[in-house]
Amino acid sequence: MSDNIYKPYLMEIENIVEETPDVRTFRLKFKNNEDAEKFVFKAGQFGEYSVLGEGESTFCVASSPTRKGYIECTFRKAGRVTNALANLEIGDTVGFRGPYGNTFPVEQWEGKNLLYIAGGIALPPMRCVIWNTIDLRDKYRDITIVYGARTVSDLVYKNELKEWEDRPDIKLITTVDPGGQTPDWKGEIGFVPLVLEKLAPSSENTVAVLCGPPVMIKFTMPVLKKLGFQDKDIYTTLENRMKCGFGKCGRCNVGKLFVCKDGPVFSYEEILTLPEEY
Amino acid sequence: METTRKLIRKQSVEKLYNALTSNRQVYAPVVAADKQIEYRYNPGFAEVTFGHIRSTLSVKNVVFPKVENLFFYTNARSESTITDIDMSRIPEVVLWGAHPCDNAAFDTLRSIFCWDIKDEFFSKRLEKLAVIGLSCHLSDEYCFCTSVGLSPDSKKGSDILLSLLKNGDYHADILTEKGNEIVKSAADLFETVSDEKEVITEVKQKFSHEQVTSKLSAAFEHPFWVENSLRCIGCGACAYVCPTCACFDIQDETRGKNGKRYRSWDSCGFGLFTLHTSGHNPREVQSQRWRQRIMHKFSYMPERNESLGCVGCGRCSSGCPVDMNIAEQLEALQNI
Repeated sequence: MSDNIYKPYLMEIENIVEETPDVRTFRLKFKNNEDAEKFVFKAGQFGEYSVLGEGESTFCVASSPTRKGYIECTFRKAGRVTNALANLEIGDTVGFRGPYGNTFPVEQWEGKNLLYIAGGIALPPMRCVIWNTIDLRDKYRDITIVYGARTVSDLVYKNELKEWEDRPDIKLITTVDPGGQTPDWKGEIGFVPLVLEKLAPSSENTVAVLCGPPVMIKFTMPVLKKLGFQDKDIYTTLENRMKCGFGKCGRCNVGKLFVCKDGPVFSYEEILTLPEEY
Repeated sequence: METTRKLIRKQSVEKLYNALTSNRQVYAPVVAADKQIEYRYNPGFAEVTFGHIRSTLSVKNVVFPKVENLFFYTNARSESTITDIDMSRIPEVVLWGAHPCDNAAFDTLRSIFCWDIKDEFFSKRLEKLAVIGLSCHLSDEYCFCTSVGLSPDSKKGSDILLSLLKNGDYHADILTEKGNEIVKSAADLFETVSDEKEVITEVKQKFSHEQVTSKLSAAFEHPFWVENSLRCIGCGACAYVCPTCACFDIQDETRGKNGKRYRSWDSCGFGLFTLHTSGHNPREVQSQRWRQRIMHKFSYMPERNESLGCVGCGRCSSGCPVDMNIAEQLEALQNI
């Protein structure tokens, strides 16, 4: 075993899903069986994914720990590394370091209702915990997913959305921004906060997980508060820029905390104690 | 280990130096052609300076090099490979003549690199390092070690600490097993102490770091940060010369299919440091970055790493192109 904490596992791309024109999901398999056997992670954790020669990029593990033998990641082509990743093909090599960071407290949530609220490319960091709790369906009460994107073509995980929609034990509400609908769109039309307000889910014995662009968070928080959610029952993930992933390079430092070590999962109660540097 | 004090005569210091350089790398300060003080490996004894106040760069690069290769790779799509670094080849190094502030910084760096999972690059280098420190007999207006809990003859971080005596000989405080090994290897050079007086400079205390730390906890939104960073040009020089700054970047460098991933010094003073790909920047303006620098060293680190992120060497002030003086700012901060 190497002492080198910067050395990634070599992973093989087993499958590629083109979620939207600029978003891809990779299914990655460890090239070395020993690595695969030792590897464990929990919902909410992230990793550093790399194209050798282009650098590393940080994303959450998007697959559930209940699904063994592979990990998945979903990314949008945005910078140097994600563009290089997007150019890879099935069979190509990706470097992966991880898992890093804390986890969603799914055990603490047992017996509660779960309300997942995601906007755009923020469904991927939540997909892991969503599947984790769906795979342990008996342990939770109602599971509600509210997912919004700018347009119909920006909705990621279209196959899974269909699967969730068809399941009687999951309530899925999808919405697109006004003007983003297609003629055969059957979901909601409107911004996430307004759709949530209309849906008015009960805050009784319910945990809310909220991920999305800052503007969505800003307008959704007051709705959740109005519905009676306590700060400690609202969770999100922060995504500050990172290099190392284990609290040394200094980049993701917010106050005395490191997003990579103390996060990425935070309750809103914790967020309120942080300086606004995220 | 029980520490002991011995005497080493002026002429024996040269013999000790030569004995050390004969079988290992000795990193020692010299006066460079441009009059800057810099550390070099195994310079001739005649070149080694004993009268420097501070080297331009700190000595942190012996444990945290400016550029550290993390591994080598070949990118051949499905056949890509990684070649690890052979850490057993990290050499034994003797750091010679570094001052107490710089030596105290090794503990601070350890609190960053080893607080959670251990960084083996750093810890192997530190393990292979022996430090023969030199108490300060000279200082200048930039020095403020006494304000951060240290002194011109602090022993922290040294394995042997030399202190100049009035007659030109040195006291040698033997502080650790590593130091003892060096003394044993040249036992005839070390004699029984005399009552000759040590020459130690006086560094006036400018502020109380405890007071600064306690003030900072409520000073995040204070106008101080904007007022006192207006002239900062964000060049990052303070971080590069700092003995305790440890923020780093990770980059790849490729020639054809082959390349290496390395880490290199970085600075929280750079706008790009925290910039997200989306364009959002949590620390958008220089005043936020200056606040981060002070907060990290004097508030977050004491709380999180149980160590202060500053050793009072004064380099960030003496090296600042726009003459921002951290000690003056900290002095002001303790009274806000």
